[in-house]
Amino acid sequence: MSVRRDGIIKRTLIHLILIVSAIIAVYPALRVFGISIRPDDILYSTSLEIIPDGATFSAYMQLIFEEPFLIWLKNSLIVSFFTVVLGVTLAATAGYAFAKKRFPGRKPGLIFFLIVQMFPSTMLLLPMFLLLRKINLTNSHLGLIIAYTTFVLPLCVWQMRGYYETIPDTLEEAALVDGLNQFQAFYKVILPLASPGLVITALFSFMSSWNEIMIAKALMQDPDMYTLPRGILNLSSRFNTEWSTFAAGSIMIMIPVVIMFLILSSYLVGGLTLGSVKG
Amino acid sequence: MSQPTKADIQKNSLLDFSLRKFLKRNGFSYLMLMPAFIIVALVIIYPFLYNFNLAFTNLSRSTLIDFLREGKLHYIGLNNFVEVLTQSTFWTVLLRTLIWTIVNVFCHVTFGIFFAILLDRDMIFKGIYRALLILPWAIPQYISVLVWKGMFNYNYGAVNILLERLSQIFDFTYEPIAWLSNPTTGFMAAIIVNVWVGIPFMMMIALGGLQSIDPNYYEAAEIDGASGFQQVKHITLPLLKPVMMPAVILGVIMTFNNLNVIYLLSFKKLTEKIDILVTYVYKAAFGYFRLGYAAAFSVIIFLILLGFSTVFIKQNESH
Repeated sequence: MSVRRDGIIKRTLIHLILIVSAIIAVYPALRVFGISIRPDDILYSTSLEIIPDGATFSAYMQLIFEEPFLIWLKNSLIVSFFTVVLGVTLAATAGYAFAKKRFPGRKPGLIFFLIVQMFPSTMLLLPMFLLLRKINLTNSHLGLIIAYTTFVLPLCVWQMRGYYETIPDTLEEAALVDGLNQFQAFYKVILPLASPGLVITALFSFMSSWNEIMIAKALMQDPDMYTLPRGILNLSSRFNTEWSTFAAGSIMIMIPVVIMFLILSSYLVGGLTLGSVKG
Repeated sequence: MSQPTKADIQKNSLLDFSLRKFLKRNGFSYLMLMPAFIIVALVIIYPFLYNFNLAFTNLSRSTLIDFLREGKLHYIGLNNFVEVLTQSTFWTVLLRTLIWTIVNVFCHVTFGIFFAILLDRDMIFKGIYRALLILPWAIPQYISVLVWKGMFNYNYGAVNILLERLSQIFDFTYEPIAWLSNPTTGFMAAIIVNVWVGIPFMMMIALGGLQSIDPNYYEAAEIDGASGFQQVKHITLPLLKPVMMPAVILGVIMTFNNLNVIYLLSFKKLTEKIDILVTYVYKAAFGYFRLGYAAAFSVIIFLILLGFSTVFIKQNESH
């Protein structure tokens, strides 16, 4: 809608609305940061200010040096990395078939990936736990990677399919005429063009595995295998919760995701597509 | 020569059917789908069927030990389903879940489109606004819910403090609200938190959709003298619709099944007073270990969502 120049009053109004909304969007995150640098003796305050008197980074020090923070971090990195790799690979291939090919069972298949989202995921937990225990995959990275990949996959498949549909069919036809086989046409021609979609799919899978807590709680009972959120949750359920440490942990979890969002926010526009329900 | 009818073609293709041709034509597609399909089938379908099976048993705290030791299950037919559907709580909670879902998704979509329209223009700080407005999406839900819980605190919460200060500035009376002690305000608080969490996703989908709208439409409307509001109503919204529809369906499913917000916000305080279906099920299963009952309950939740999506998709197809 860049055709018309807005008047000065309208522009001021728009900026005003956006500034107020941005403050509301950011304030809670700043609040967590404020709590994380709060000295121990101030538990509650009736101030709206973010930086408390006597601010200190001791909670961060304590978290890194006195808690098994680095072990949790390692576990989270391993699980998230492989979830992203697996999730993106599987969604890139399946989404491609759904978007560009016509084959018997296409529509039911697409609906299938929607339906699996409808079951309350918490109720899948118990059977999944029993299943993974049977094949000895509880308390293992692999078990968690499989669980996470599965839970993000339906959304990722829809997302990738939506993105492929914005790529004209003619490109692929041209590639086939030029003598590439179907697979080559896919990964030499279409896949590079789909990179904005792939980036967003990767972001989805990273976010869900990096932030997830309920499944990790059920599957990882050995403290050495805790992921970051699972470990931080443990801090908050202790007899005497140290809120500043909990908040410091939350900030550490948030930072990578927030940075990624900021870097990728231009990709998000246009890269984020779910396609249409029809067809 | 007469044109072959559709039935003829079908008959012919049935006669011509050979596995080799079929595979040659579709094998690649199936190969591409196979890995995703297998992993989803194993990790979701198996537990799903397992859960379906549990729904017909009386598995609960007293029979759990037997089950874990010897795998013994006692089938009680449809009793669990009957119990769920004849309880008045189910209907209250269902009604609350419907209000929860409709209000949330409506606000997500409305605010999402609203912000997207504001952001889709040339102006300074556009990138900064966009980045800041996405932030609620980037924060893990359990963290933002816990922070909001603190912000709704009666004495020390930012919400009451802010409203009080506003009341001093603008000179109206504001009695501090004990947000989380009362079911009505507690439910409102939960909706506020969830609306805050869910706007960025819809905003980004809508922004993507807006970019695909041809600017010529607006130019033409401008020449015809259409106001900004008319342009939004007659150009923007109709053209956004196909882009927003899958997001709306997904949004409904996710809001309906959102455990985090209500569960964490009502934890230890408004216990069971503001439950929606999934939090109710979660407590029945992992709080009271009524696993058979909870399994039946989840099957019912699934059927409700399945029914909704089917009707919704059918309706949109016919338009």
